[in-house]
Amino acid sequence: MSARSETLLWVAQRASAGLLALCVTVHLATILYAVQGGLTGAEILGRTRGNPAWAAFYTMFVLAAAVHAPIGLRTVLAEWFGWRGRARDFALIAFAVVLAGLGLRAVSTVFA
Amino acid sequence: MSATLRVKVWRGGADGAFQEFEVPRRESQTVLDVVTHIQRALDPTLAYRYACRVGMCGSCAMTVNGAARWTCRTHVDKVANKGELTIAPLRNLPVIRDLVTDMREFFDKWARAAGQFRGARTRADDFARVSPQSAERVQADAAIECIGCAVCYASCDVLARLPEYLGPAALNRAWTLVNDVRDAAQAERLRAVAGDAGSLSCHTHMSCTERCPKNISPTAGIAGLKRAVARAALAGEL
Repeated sequence: MSARSETLLWVAQRASAGLLALCVTVHLATILYAVQGGLTGAEILGRTRGNPAWAAFYTMFVLAAAVHAPIGLRTVLAEWFGWRGRARDFALIAFAVVLAGLGLRAVSTVFA
Repeated sequence: MSATLRVKVWRGGADGAFQEFEVPRRESQTVLDVVTHIQRALDPTLAYRYACRVGMCGSCAMTVNGAARWTCRTHVDKVANKGELTIAPLRNLPVIRDLVTDMREFFDKWARAAGQFRGARTRADDFARVSPQSAERVQADAAIECIGCAVCYASCDVLARLPEYLGPAALNRAWTLVNDVRDAAQAERLRAVAGDAGSLSCHTHMSCTERCPKNISPTAGIAGLKRAVARAALAGEL
């Protein structure tokens, strides 16, 4: 992979880390707040369904995770297992698609 | 202060073993004094490397009680553990024999990191004027006193996992040149330090900064390189 592509991946990982820091903070704070009223499926869905702002927030959360995790895993695979090259990168693209797919499916179920 | 030191010294190449010596304890004794005593008085076949003895040449670094150190400026007082010293060759470098490592790869990486100055002026041009207070010069000053001892290289945990990683010393050198306003090979240098084995692989463990005998912070320089390559990549200049 070219030096530029490597660097852009690095930038994408740092940028997504910044988003994730924000998302995780909001996510945890919301849980702490919401759990005070008791924690039932119906109660959660009552709050989330049909709320476009939360849907947009969690869509961003899912996409940031789908960008961030595979890039970090890419380094782990290289440094711990010596796995480099195109096969690894295609496997990680597939991993990113699975992460994004499962996450967006969850978002659509909880918020739609 | 006890009368003698018990010193375990690595003997052999990659496959070897520690050999134990008893060395007389002296006032203001350095680890290099200990190794020299062994070679001159106890076993002349011991291989080790030194030159200046005053912390300038960078040739006497070894692993002393688990940590890479410049042995000529390391007092036994500071590192001996209950009168014991364990002295081994530097990590992350192939061992030639005993305490001598093959440093070719270490220095080849300086070249791979585009560590040579490339000027654009000729002798017909006037001197370049660089203010000592300029931001670039201040950054270069903080990094420029490297003696090439490879203590940082031996202390780097990334190198233990990623042998092709350029390492702290070569990247620190590149950082001094990135801040050299006279240098005309900046794009090429950033490409050299941006790749798979370059600055972006640094995990910021800071072992290099912790161990550098010249109190340089290669970690800070590598962070500067990360910012520089990121800016260049986003601007399409990489």
